[in-house]
Amino acid sequence: MKVKKKKSRLISNQIKPSTNFVINIFMTILAIGTIFPLLLCFMISISSQQSISDVGYTIFPKEISFIAYEYLIKAGQNMWRAYGNTIFYATFGTVLSLFVMSMFAYVLSRKQLRWRYALALYTYCTALFGGGLAAAYILTTRVLRIDDTIWVFIIPGLVSPFNVIMLRTFVQSSIPDSLVESAKLDGASEFQIYLRIILPLFKAGLATIGLFGVIGRWNDWFTAVLYVRNQKLWPIMTLLQQIERSMSMLKEGTPAAATAEGIRMLSQMPSESTRIAIMMFAILPLLIAYPFFQQYFVKGMTVGSVKG
Amino acid sequence: MKRARRLPNPTKPKYSIKKDIKMNWQLYLMAAPAMILLFIFGYMMDFGAIMAFQDLDYNKGLFTSPWVWFDNFEYLFAGTTIWRVTRNTVFYNLAFMAVNTVTSIGLALIINEMTSKKFSKIIQTILIMPFFLSMVVVSIIVYAFLAYNSGFLNNIIMKLGIEKQNWYKMPEAWPYFIVFINMWKNVGFSSITYTAIISGIPQEYYEASTIDGASRWQQCWRITLPQMKTIIAIGLINSLSAIMSSDFDLFYVITKNEGALYSTTQVLSTYTYNALRSMSNLGMTAAAGLYVSFIGMCLVLLSNYVVKKIDPDSAMF
Repeated sequence: MKVKKKKSRLISNQIKPSTNFVINIFMTILAIGTIFPLLLCFMISISSQQSISDVGYTIFPKEISFIAYEYLIKAGQNMWRAYGNTIFYATFGTVLSLFVMSMFAYVLSRKQLRWRYALALYTYCTALFGGGLAAAYILTTRVLRIDDTIWVFIIPGLVSPFNVIMLRTFVQSSIPDSLVESAKLDGASEFQIYLRIILPLFKAGLATIGLFGVIGRWNDWFTAVLYVRNQKLWPIMTLLQQIERSMSMLKEGTPAAATAEGIRMLSQMPSESTRIAIMMFAILPLLIAYPFFQQYFVKGMTVGSVKG
Repeated sequence: MKRARRLPNPTKPKYSIKKDIKMNWQLYLMAAPAMILLFIFGYMMDFGAIMAFQDLDYNKGLFTSPWVWFDNFEYLFAGTTIWRVTRNTVFYNLAFMAVNTVTSIGLALIINEMTSKKFSKIIQTILIMPFFLSMVVVSIIVYAFLAYNSGFLNNIIMKLGIEKQNWYKMPEAWPYFIVFINMWKNVGFSSITYTAIISGIPQEYYEASTIDGASRWQQCWRITLPQMKTIIAIGLINSLSAIMSSDFDLFYVITKNEGALYSTTQVLSTYTYNALRSMSNLGMTAAAGLYVSFIGMCLVLLSNYVVKKIDPDSAMF
């Protein structure tokens, strides 16, 4: 009997059902524990002000109210503008960055170039040493003078040496030289080859890097704090970070403040639940898209780790 | 790929520079935008580090400010703050390394044991999620737990009959909070690499050892972990090389840059930023930046050398 049991496990090479049960329970608790903080925040955002002052932040508020969301939808123009800014910086910045980097990576992969290794070395070296925050500050505000413009969100992060090298490895390993050569014989220019042949084949590599690019830009709050005084240009994360200090960020200069009704609404805005409601809005796209894109970057990471 | 570069390349062109440019001008043109950007944000910025040797006046700029050579460094290292901040940075990184490596390997091992692959995928998806949250969002979440008046943690300990605590004024508690938050945020993501390695281990090893009567537990210790040795070593070396760097967002936003917490939470990156913000001494700020960059560069080169010895394919260059 005992032998038989062992044999069946040998074939499937798995653990005992009872152990499996314990593991499943443990992992379920772990998963719930991981998302519990977000659940707590959601519950705070739909708690009424009275409930917060009575029982504090809790999963089971005394009274549920969607007033924070209502305020934001009706009088939260400042938030929506910041939201729009974030979407623009994240998409435009990432697309431009992918374009510049992939074009460079394609050039680096071409064996006919005399200075190919020199160019690769030129790229590696920048990854080694950082000038520091003070140097970056002087460069941006004194030399380039792009502070207080939208370009400070777009330009500095365009080229990442690591991503360029990653993309180059990807082109070298997955796109055969003969493909490029035959297109050349047909009279295509280098740029046409890049646009028509390389880019479509590049999709998987670009998707992974682009995903990280979008998320990185979406989550960025620091650039604006350091360089941008004009609050109209702020992305949502900066607004969220500054709102922690005072709610006035949300109220100053909104169209809603021009009407008596708007002023009444803004003065009654429940600060604690509103702050968390803004946070919920800020992470909503991520939460919705996450299950879909998750598999892509897991694949990308896995390929990267195998290839090194 | 790395090996190929060291060998003489048979396809390397032999023609002159002039001909090379004439033939490949399109390619060089395509490389130009990225090269210019790398020049500005790589080399020009690195060049800016020379202001560590100047008594920098923001209005005068880099070329007209007077040179003071090592005065900034002397001033920086004469104070006690820089040593405390360096100590914090190094200890936090060591703690992160230990905690994150152990937990993410443990997680990968458990995920690997789960019978239902679908269920394990769902669990993994949930555990990775915090990695993508902005630190600003995390700071609000942390505040929901630690706030004095209505915070979740104070709610619970008051129910247990303990007096509520003002966590944002208690520096001794923060090392635990920060290590825990960092683990919560990163453990799922770091376990991806390990699960990939585990699933790549040949099944024959397990089948052979099962025939020899090995238990699942023994297989884990004798097969799975030894197979992961290289990747674990490389991961540890790479984190050691980053021991002087510190996640600015984690230490700045989560602690709300609270002065009362500086003794245990101020690290090199937040120290530099606070110094820059106060604009008191730009030269000294740059000196602090250069100190971090220089040690960081040496460590990266050293670790790359060691990694190359262990596994040439994993080396960065």
